[in-house]
Amino acid sequence: MDKLLVSPNPHIHTAVSTRSLMRDVVIALLPATVVSIVFYGLSMLLVTAVSVVSCVLLEYLITRFLLKKPSTICDWSASVTGLLLALNLPSTTPWWVVFIGAVVAIGVAKMTFGGLGQNVFNPAIAGRVFLLISFPTYMTDWKAPQGLFGADAVTGATPLGLIKEGLLQGQTVTGIMAENGFSYGQMLFANVGGTAGEISAIALLAGFVYLLVRRVIRPHITLSIWATVAVVSLIFWLCAPERFTDPLFNLLTGGMILGSCFMATDYVTSPMSVKGGVIFGVGIGFITMMIRYFGSYPEGMSFAILIMNAVVPLLNMWFHQKKYGRD
Amino acid sequence: MAVKSNLVNMVVCLTATCLVCAALLAGVYALTAEPIAATNAAILKASVSAVLPEGGELSESRPIEVGGQMSEYYVSTVDGVPAAYAVKSTTVGFGGPLTLMVGITADGVIYNTSVLSHSETPGLGAKCSQDEHFMAQWKGFNPAQKILKVKKDNGDVDAITASTITSRAYALAVQNAVDAVKKIGGSENEQ
Amino acid sequence: MNSKLQLIVKGLVKDNPTFVLILGMCPTLATTTSAMNGLSMGLATLFVLVLSNMAISAIAPVVPDKVHIPVYIVVIATFVTLLQFLMQAFVPSVYATLGLFIPLIVVNCIVLGRAEAFANKNGIFDSALDGVGVGLGFTLSLTVIGMVREILGSGSVFGWKFIAGDGMLAFVMAPGAFLVLGYLMVLFNKFLAKK
Repeated sequence: MDKLLVSPNPHIHTAVSTRSLMRDVVIALLPATVVSIVFYGLSMLLVTAVSVVSCVLLEYLITRFLLKKPSTICDWSASVTGLLLALNLPSTTPWWVVFIGAVVAIGVAKMTFGGLGQNVFNPAIAGRVFLLISFPTYMTDWKAPQGLFGADAVTGATPLGLIKEGLLQGQTVTGIMAENGFSYGQMLFANVGGTAGEISAIALLAGFVYLLVRRVIRPHITLSIWATVAVVSLIFWLCAPERFTDPLFNLLTGGMILGSCFMATDYVTSPMSVKGGVIFGVGIGFITMMIRYFGSYPEGMSFAILIMNAVVPLLNMWFHQKKYGRD
Repeated sequence: MAVKSNLVNMVVCLTATCLVCAALLAGVYALTAEPIAATNAAILKASVSAVLPEGGELSESRPIEVGGQMSEYYVSTVDGVPAAYAVKSTTVGFGGPLTLMVGITADGVIYNTSVLSHSETPGLGAKCSQDEHFMAQWKGFNPAQKILKVKKDNGDVDAITASTITSRAYALAVQNAVDAVKKIGGSENEQ
Repeated sequence: MNSKLQLIVKGLVKDNPTFVLILGMCPTLATTTSAMNGLSMGLATLFVLVLSNMAISAIAPVVPDKVHIPVYIVVIATFVTLLQFLMQAFVPSVYATLGLFIPLIVVNCIVLGRAEAFANKNGIFDSALDGVGVGLGFTLSLTVIGMVREILGSGSVFGWKFIAGDGMLAFVMAPGAFLVLGYLMVLFNKFLAKK
């Protein structure tokens, strides 16, 4: 039985399979992965390698020895989780922390729920959030992008982090941005600190376009997230520009692009219908902005996605998929 | 149930239950009131003495304004002369209010500090009550010679790693306590 | 096995309140941040369970059915308050850590549950034994959960640290509580099914 809930395309027999879809996702993630290694150096390569190998290895071990079933690693979904997890972590993350993240992502978030197709929560995000609350010092240890063989990198905070801290100190948004020399061009082309996935908007967007062209995903979830973020931040920014960051800033920083293009669009953990997907996207956008503006954490994307993941079964129940051939 | 549920029975049963329970509670309360009061006094004394030099006679709690809010302080006197003050000071930390007891000797030097309550993040800001280096730096900190701000703000206080906000709040609480003590010292000198 | 002894053993394994009956989840999740906390909470609940079971068993025959719930609750609340006084007076350090959760024992489903399911239908001695059994089962599960969370979250066992620094902090917070409880429940029930 197909383990993957492939909803967008009607199933006229094509070469589409779980494996080919996942392979496309891997290809789409490669530009960003490569850029992050180029910018952060060998430590990033280590993080990525450990993440992918751990995820694949853990899935193999769990399916073969714990569940005593044939292994599912050939469907490449574990590799996707590995890549996504790596892109969500700082380049300085110790290898054993990455491994624990993989244990949570694959072991807890994916396999405990029943494997691919049965999990409620996005495994990579679940892993990252677990690491965030378990190892707060490692997970907030940012290095400024230094280049492939950069030796001792300088610690650089993320734009969102700087904003949140600056505001708590009583500075204004424009003041903080000027002080740190933020420019939108920078954010787009990856010269600001952050997790690997935060730094290269262009590379991620390229991957996103690839997936759209290959019809692996549909744009409605991503677009509804962007629209919600734009509208919410526009309203708040117009009311108090000294306290709230502007729409463009919010669309380009943090896990926004990685999250909206690759994590929120994961088949298994997003709604099956278009209407459900739009509501899902609105929810994610709204919660992210609330956390960014009013919460204790500088970045809210991960939490927003997990929260909305929990709502997905309800959305699937409310918005049945259109049955082709009927009506 | 062996007994019918008519009005009389129900009322009698409920009343009897309440009377018996109340009597039991009153009895145990009377027995334990003294030990409880003694324990509470001891805890308070311990938290105050922890930040004061030994050998003084502790006063009872007196009200004082600290950092714009009403709080309390204790005086430790030696031979009738105030030797040190313990001030309770509260500021806003990262996750909620941060309440400290700050012990300051009469010459304005900080003797010690201790955290009474906080809502900081475990592993980060929560280290304010666990990290030995952070806690030790307050002993003997002289605000007249060193600046009571975190190093990031050009001060002399070592912040907790990745917990600048908590560290700033801590420093501010200590600063407020120091300011409050200056006022006490000032007003006592005027008398 | 001696049927009296069975009453106790049943509460430990077959009718374990945490892993089998799934009762008393609030204190389980909240107080198992360390092995010591879990153990203390378990023992406190055991104290209340035994006394309330005995008291309710004694008065059950004369309590009219329509008012039996308020009467039981008052009795349970009285014992919990007594426990609070005694703890405050004689073990203030334990009271400082658990103080907030002691009043919750009143609404801990286990206590009222055993009162309704057992104590009001059986003799005083049997009810006491049932209280001991279920109380010990609760204490056992709380201690185990607390130990796991403490080892993974703080790197210590009963306060004895075996690593420098912190462990995985998720385990001393709510998410870790749910995860540990869930996995231990799976393991426990698997073990039970095999027997």
